[in-house]
Amino acid sequence: MQKVNFKNIFSRVSLLLLVAMLTFSTSVFAQEGDAAAGKTLFNSNCAACHKLDKKATGPALRHVADKYDRDWLYSWIKDSQALIKSGDAKAIEVFEANNKAVMTSFPALSNADIDNILAYTSEEKPLPPAPAPGTGDGVSASGSGVSNNVILGALVFVFLLLIVMLFLVTSTLKKIAAHNGVEYAVEESRKPLWKAFVENQFLLLVSAVLLLLTAAYFMYGFFMQVGVDQGYAPVQPIHFSHRIHAGDNQVDCNYCHSSARKSKTSGIPSLNVCMNCHKNIGEVSEDVLAEGLDEHGVDYNKEIMKLYDAAGWDVSTMSYTGETKPVKWVRIHNLPDFAYFNHSQHVTVAGVACQKCHGPVEEMEIMEQFSPLTMGWCIDCHRETNVNVSGNAYYEKIHEELSKKYGVEQLTAAQMGGLECGKCHY
Amino acid sequence: MRKIGNIFIVFLALIALASCQNDLEPNYQFMPNMYAPVGYETYGEYDVEGFEGGQEAKLPVEGTVPRGFQPFDYTNSPEDIARAKSDLKNPLEYTEDNLAAGAQLYNIYCAVCHGDKGDGLGILAKREKFLGIPSYAAAGREITEGGVYHVQMYGLNTMGSYASQTNEKERWQITQHVMNLKAALEGKPLMLPKKIIDNQTPQLPVGGDATATPTELEQDNIDSH
Repeated sequence: MQKVNFKNIFSRVSLLLLVAMLTFSTSVFAQEGDAAAGKTLFNSNCAACHKLDKKATGPALRHVADKYDRDWLYSWIKDSQALIKSGDAKAIEVFEANNKAVMTSFPALSNADIDNILAYTSEEKPLPPAPAPGTGDGVSASGSGVSNNVILGALVFVFLLLIVMLFLVTSTLKKIAAHNGVEYAVEESRKPLWKAFVENQFLLLVSAVLLLLTAAYFMYGFFMQVGVDQGYAPVQPIHFSHRIHAGDNQVDCNYCHSSARKSKTSGIPSLNVCMNCHKNIGEVSEDVLAEGLDEHGVDYNKEIMKLYDAAGWDVSTMSYTGETKPVKWVRIHNLPDFAYFNHSQHVTVAGVACQKCHGPVEEMEIMEQFSPLTMGWCIDCHRETNVNVSGNAYYEKIHEELSKKYGVEQLTAAQMGGLECGKCHY
Repeated sequence: MRKIGNIFIVFLALIALASCQNDLEPNYQFMPNMYAPVGYETYGEYDVEGFEGGQEAKLPVEGTVPRGFQPFDYTNSPEDIARAKSDLKNPLEYTEDNLAAGAQLYNIYCAVCHGDKGDGLGILAKREKFLGIPSYAAAGREITEGGVYHVQMYGLNTMGSYASQTNEKERWQITQHVMNLKAALEGKPLMLPKKIIDNQTPQLPVGGDATATPTELEQDNIDSH
């Protein structure tokens, strides 16, 4: 009986111990939080305004849990405005220090969620092992380039050496032959080839005609390219990659060139448009940076710094200093004054894709003029392009009558008067 | 030996000719005075007094208003955001044209981050260039017409202002589309023009239409060849 009792007590104690251990471990777990879950929560809720190591719209959040006590953080994250209104000194101080930007309230986050987020922000900054192989790659890549050059140089040197040796060998052989008394047969002097050619009148005439025709052909080609800037790709003050923006990130052309929709000029975006995104994107991701350095020889981060400098953006305070510098972009597409061109007419009315004239801009690392922009080029397109009349009441009557006149279903721009001189020259 | 010398000279001349091809400099022009405009051209550079740094592009004189300008009676302060959310109302009627224009503009300016559907999953979010873009239907987000318009005017937190790229009408058109996207995400009835409601075909205008037109045009061109 006693024995049984004792056994019972023992098992009870062990059970108690287990419970205690479990509760203890779970309490530790709750306080510590799960950093992996925190990262997901952080990226979906906080990352719009907060970065871990850099000030963004809100302050940098690494080790924020050490700066404030946890209960204060709970109430701040759930409703910061209520905390400020309650007159909490710390809350007002934070609010004032961040340009009075109102932090979105997150009443849906539980204390456990916030613990997870704080666990993530309390993680030590990972030591950057990634950049080291990155730069290593760069060095090795450029190293292979150098070694290629070295190999080529060595080859050239070997060939030169061979030529010199051949000369030396022939000269010594000749010397030996002379020494041994070998005599060479003296060649008879023949009529030189050019003399025979000059004496043949027919051949002379034919070659003269051929020469003149080729000269005319090249002269024509030479004159026709005067004033045509196809392929012109100047160096811009800030290296802007259309490939990254319009290609990889699929930003619409009209996003930056917003006046192309409604103005004659397509518009070079003012820097505030750049800053709409680059306020947040201060540096490019590592793979993009490595790609820029390796393939294009450009440090994209430095180019973003040039933008900040021109826009007067202070990265440390995340605010404008007011000291701006104009960016002197180099104009690429330029029609002569005697030809009128209107972007909105082509973009909005005709619905022509930008790429039709500007080419695959979304693949261009350095912007260049794709089309010749000559009159013949304009007219070719006007002859081929059907006017988009659907849903445009303006065209209804004119389209009806003109299609009757020309006997066609769909009118081209040329048939609508797109070839008349006065349309573009006045 | 003389022959080799001649070949060398021809070779040099060819190199000299080829080096004239330089993509970094514009080509020379025939009679450039017919190319250069008499008036001041957009983005031109002129040595004129009053053109700071020779720059034709200048800010309008302070106090200048564009044609059709309506003063916007809200500043960029927390109080005015709250006021805009409750008081500011959409003056535009819901018409097919407005909704289509709104969808097209939304796809140009907003969809890169906010996503075609307004779920916060635009291409920049998917590529992790921007993080934490909320869905319009996210719980606890109080999105009203006035608030949407105010955000486009002044931006909010990480989002910048779109006042320089759009005009008042366009911002309201975008607002209509945003409200419809929100309603669609939440499964609520859409705001639609009267005509469509009568026809019982409640469908969101797809902004892709506008971008699809040029390719259709090009298709026609190819056919006509």
